[in-house]
This record gives sequence, C-alpha cells and structure tokens, in this order.
Amino acid sequence: MDAISGRAGVVAGERSGGSGPPDSPGAEGAPFLAVSGVGFHYESMVVLEDINLSVGRGEFVALLGPSGCGKSTLLNLISGVLAPSTGQITVPAPAGAHNSQGRGGRAGRLGHVSYMQQKDLLLPWRTVSENGRLGLELRGVGAAESDAEVAHLAESFGLADVLGSMPWQLSGGMRQRVALLRALLPDNPVLLLDEPFGALDAITRSGLQQWLLNVLDRSAKAVLLVTHDVEEAILLGDRVLVMAPEPGRIVAELDVRLDLRDRRNPETSTTPAFVAMKKRLLGLLNRQGADL
Amino acid sequence: MRNWLPAVGTAVVLLVAWEVIVRAFEVQTWLLPAPTVILAELFDSFGLLVRHAGTTLTEILLGFLISVSLGIVLASGIVWSRAVERSVYPIIIASQTIPIFTLAPLLIIWVGTDIMSKVIVVVLFTFFPIVISLVTGLRSVDREMVDMFRTLGASPFQTFRKLMVPTALPNFFAGMKVAAVVSVIGAVIGEWVGASAGLGWLMKLSGPQFQTARVFAAIVVLSVLAMALFAAVVLLEKWSLRNYPATASQVSGLGES
Repeated sequence: MDAISGRAGVVAGERSGGSGPPDSPGAEGAPFLAVSGVGFHYESMVVLEDINLSVGRGEFVALLGPSGCGKSTLLNLISGVLAPSTGQITVPAPAGAHNSQGRGGRAGRLGHVSYMQQKDLLLPWRTVSENGRLGLELRGVGAAESDAEVAHLAESFGLADVLGSMPWQLSGGMRQRVALLRALLPDNPVLLLDEPFGALDAITRSGLQQWLLNVLDRSAKAVLLVTHDVEEAILLGDRVLVMAPEPGRIVAELDVRLDLRDRRNPETSTTPAFVAMKKRLLGLLNRQGADL
Repeated sequence: MRNWLPAVGTAVVLLVAWEVIVRAFEVQTWLLPAPTVILAELFDSFGLLVRHAGTTLTEILLGFLISVSLGIVLASGIVWSRAVERSVYPIIIASQTIPIFTLAPLLIIWVGTDIMSKVIVVVLFTFFPIVISLVTGLRSVDREMVDMFRTLGASPFQTFRKLMVPTALPNFFAGMKVAAVVSVIGAVIGEWVGASAGLGWLMKLSGPQFQTARVFAAIVVLSVLAMALFAAVVLLEKWSLRNYPATASQVSGLGES
C-alpha cells in the first residue's frame, strides 16, 4: 500500500534559489492551503517576507528552519490568530459551506484550520475526554455526541483507557496525543503542526512520529509541519521547505519522498539516500547561517 | 483533623497560662477576667449573645453576598473592556486609600442606624480583595491558551466562560478567604459607630459598664463567626477545585527535609 501515490503535490510559484521538484502530473484542482505573497511586519521589524507555498489534499509539507525565522508566526497567520500585513491565505470552506472559499480577514479562518502547538495546552481542570471534545463543544455540539466522537477516535490514539483521567496524570507523549485529538476532531481540511514533538525525549518522539504517519495516512488533509529537526522533516514530509531568518523567507524546496518510501522502517534514517538528503538540507540551513 | 491538633495545643497552653497568671496575681475581673470566667459568661448570656450574633451575621452575609456579586461584575467589566478598566480600576484602588472607619459616621447620617449602614461598611471592606483577586486571576490566563481557543473557533464570551473563569477560580477563592475574615471586622466597626443591636454594639455598651467578661464573650463569638465563615469558603473552594492539579501553594514544610 503506497500512501504517497495519488497525492497531489502542488508546488507554489517560481522561487529563486528553490530547487523544487516538478509538479506531480496528477495534481488535481486547487490546493487545500494556498499562501501567496504573504508578508508580516511587527512595528518596523519585517518578520516574514513574500511567503509563497501551497499544500495539496493528502499532502504533508515540512517547513524547516532555524529558531526565530518566523515559522510559528507563519502558522499563526494561516490559522487566523494573526492577520498578514500583505498577501493572501486561502483555505477550503468549512464542511457544509460548499461555495465560498474561506479567505480574507482572520476571523474568517479562525475555527476552520486545525492547529496543534508544541505545548499541549490542555486545560488542567478537564478530563482527557473533556479536553478532547473542546473544539466540538465550542461549535455547539452536545456533550453526549462529542464524547462519543472522542471515544471513537481515542481508540486509534491509544487513549481509550485514560479518557477519564486528568491531564497531569498522563505522560508527555500522551498529552501530545490528546492535543492532536483535540485539534483533529473538528475535522478541518488543513492541519498545522508546530513542532508537535519538540518537547519530548527522542524515543517517545520517534514512536509518535511513526504513529502520526499512520493516523494521518487515513485522512485526506493538507498538513503543514513546522520543525527545526532535519530528520523529522525528511521522515514526515513529502516536501521540505527551507526557511531563512531576518526576514523570514523560504529559500529552498526539496522533494523528499521519491527515494524514501519506506519511512515507516526505523532503519530508514540510516540509509544512504536519507543521509544524503540530510546532508543537503543541513548544507542549505548552514549556508543561510553563513550569509548572516 | 490531625492538622488542627498542634494549633489546639498551642491555644490550650496559652489559655492555661492566662488562667494561672490571673489567679496567681489576683487580677480584678473587670480588668482581665480569667478564661473560666469568660466561659461562665458565655453560658450565662448565651441567649443574649446568640440574638446579637444573629444581627451581626445577617449584616456580614448580606454584605459578603453583595461584595461577591459586585466584585464579579466589576472584575469582569475591567477585564472585558479597556474603557471600563481605565475609568474604574484606578478609582477602586484610590477608594481603598480612604480609611473606611471614617466613612462609617457619614453612612450613619445618610442611611441611618439600621442594618443597611452596617451592610455597606462590610461591602466597603470586602469588595476590594474580591475584585483585585478576581482581576488578577482572570488576567493570569496564558496568551497561548487564548489563541488555542481562538483557533478552535471560540467566541470572546466562550473564551471568557470556559477558559478565563476556570483559570481565575483559585485566585477568586483566595480573595474570598480574605474577604470572609475582614467582613467580621467591617460589621463590628459599623456597629461600633452607630447601631442598636449586634455584637459590636453589645461590646461598646458593656465596656464602659466594666462588664469585661461580656466583652470577651462577644469577642469569642465573633471569632467563631469568622472561623465558620472562613471554613465555609474553604469547603466551597475544595469542592469547586476538586479537579484542579496540586499547585505550589500546597507545598509546605520546606524547612523540614
């Protein structure tokens, strides 16, 4: 079962310095997430400049860059928490509204993009189940119905036995899974992941990366992952976008899926193809560092 | 219950010392009655004390309830709107620089000597700790949590109700505990300045008549009232926060390794 084939790899417009792969021949329709010419400045400081990217249905794109390059700011812009200074961000309309694209003001995207942060941000006074259903609850779904949906998803999240537990009783890895469950339950077409496993130890992180691939394989979402971990970017991403700081911008784009179909194999990260890709990405990152 | 034993022990030691000193030096009862004399007075004047305690307790409870309601409205307004914050918050803080004791005579002139003037004094004493603790609690909410709520599509009111209010609860109860204790002080001061009933009035009346034991008996009843009120708030707090994780405030005995 090849999870990659049939995915629409839609590449954003021309980009100097980018070594983007050719468009997948099977690219169909508009991308799920489209960011075009987006800039963001805070007072006189330019945080992001001319960001162009798109993520197709079922595609997993990793955004790789050093700390402070504006990766998280970009996710805040896409989710609608912040409004871009320039440019446009387009996400599909929420389920039920077929015609209009959810675009424009930030209020338009809030609630329509799933967003999981590095911190789990679980409410300490709520049980796992009550935390998980928060997104549905805020949409006005009844407690019984949303609890049933949480319980249904909890099975594949390995949380079925802890639904009644309080967050402080769980391990860090479990808390992150609750946070992902909460983000995924409203069933938005776009999922943003901001270093979701950054605060975890290496073994837990590796396990959760494999698990995440399995969980998302069954969905047809557009996933944008922000990370500063080169291996994580290669392992999880179909494409990797490399960012440079000051101002934050995308400087390169690599297709990392071709030679790495066997990413569920724990040995993958030691194969020559993987190591070569890692070297290439590290080189790109370091070159940006040297420019400063 | 075990936690109370050391405090009870300390109190017993102090009371015994008091009794011994009064008897040994033959101190006059009108100057300093022995604990056993105060205890006898408590029994002898039980009906009188209970009647006046009822008046004082009514003032306290009414004032406390008004304070909590007023505090919730004011704190919510201050956190909800910058305009309310800028126009009201500095006045609230400035109001506490006026000695409330000096306002009591004015209240008697304006409102009269009936129960309302005392209720207002209790409110003046108690709304401040409630407002301040509630504003602090509501503001202690994490910016990232607010953003997380927004990405889930929460309205400002949903964020307030489901995130900010639960976040503020521990602070709110801290303020309520302070208010519970000072509410008793407020009621007594109000009664002292002008009243026709209540424990404060009874003390003011008994002092000049050298009924010192009765003054002490009234003090005992007052502190029982304050402790009961405090205990009620603690019980409500324990029930409301039963699902909250243990916090640093529950760490104690740092010096005992």
